[in-house]
Amino acid sequence: MLEWIKQPWPWYVAGPLIGLMVPALLLLGNKTFGISSSLRHVCASCIPAGIPFFKYDWKKEIWNLFFVAGILVGGIIAAQLLSNPEPVLVNSKLSQELATYGVTNYAGIVPADLFSWSELLTARGFIMIVVGGFLVGFGTRYAGGCTSGHAIMGLSNLQWPSLVATCCFMAGGFIMTNLILPYILKL
Amino acid sequence: MSVQDIATSEMPFVAQKANTDFEVRSENAMCVNSSELDKPLFTNIKYALAGILFGIILVKAEVISWFRIQEMFRLQSFHMYGVIGSAVAVGIISVFLIKKFKVKSIDGEAINLEPKKFNKGQIYGGLTFGLGWAITGACPGPLFAQIGTGATVIVVTLLCAIGGTWVYGKFKDKLPH
Repeated sequence: MLEWIKQPWPWYVAGPLIGLMVPALLLLGNKTFGISSSLRHVCASCIPAGIPFFKYDWKKEIWNLFFVAGILVGGIIAAQLLSNPEPVLVNSKLSQELATYGVTNYAGIVPADLFSWSELLTARGFIMIVVGGFLVGFGTRYAGGCTSGHAIMGLSNLQWPSLVATCCFMAGGFIMTNLILPYILKL
Repeated sequence: MSVQDIATSEMPFVAQKANTDFEVRSENAMCVNSSELDKPLFTNIKYALAGILFGIILVKAEVISWFRIQEMFRLQSFHMYGVIGSAVAVGIISVFLIKKFKVKSIDGEAINLEPKKFNKGQIYGGLTFGLGWAITGACPGPLFAQIGTGATVIVVTLLCAIGGTWVYGKFKDKLPH
């Protein structure tokens, strides 16, 4: 059983489990599934700076901070107790392309060749770690949600604005990966 | 006076009256606590447990792997499409059943889902987030899970994401919506 859990889970196991988070949170306490809001609550609680957007009772949303703290712990448990020692298996076309950028380490969940403390001070690492993070935080709040809030919760509730947002997430990702990222990775 | 007249004449009043804490909290947010109950702090432990489960799923399904995100946006693997597609299918069925049978939460509260209004932010913000997703290989949730797996430098990515959220809040009124 444990051996089976330690292997990478196929999509038809993981997808439905992720989908079940939607009714689980609704039943546990009338909470709609969404994660990017946690970043806003951090702003509201730590650095509100008198901005109206952060002037609200963030304590009413504190469940969301418990939820993301849980995700962090879940990451620790999965890595420490349930980890698969094999490197991630990727499409050979991708590994060939990444090798040309010097990305050859497949041990971690993020490539250590791109995301590490020593890379942070290089132009490439700075764009990947700092600019990338900024775009995620700015974009999700501007869009009013992320993959969980819009693509999973919003679509589950058949909200067409969420479909628009999801299509834009994908469009942005395709543009970055295929048109811009090759230039960044070459740096 | 027709029904429509009443509706339009009532509109400014509603907009003014609606300036409550809930309205601010739900501004540009998909997930807002719509529960009216005031529960003690420790009851939030159940959401932490749900989060732990979710974090394990994210890691074990490799959906937080930078490599899987690269494959998805290069159309080199079905994995991510399968995960998101089946998650949405299960979500749609669950929400349908909850609405159809008027299922209540474990506290006995009626479950209500607020409809989402469209604004242009979903386009501009969505595109911006997509660019960031492809670079970092992570949405906000996976950032927490990636840090948990030991990729400590992602703490910087998370802080920058919080910074991005703050900058949005600061310039919100100047941005097209």
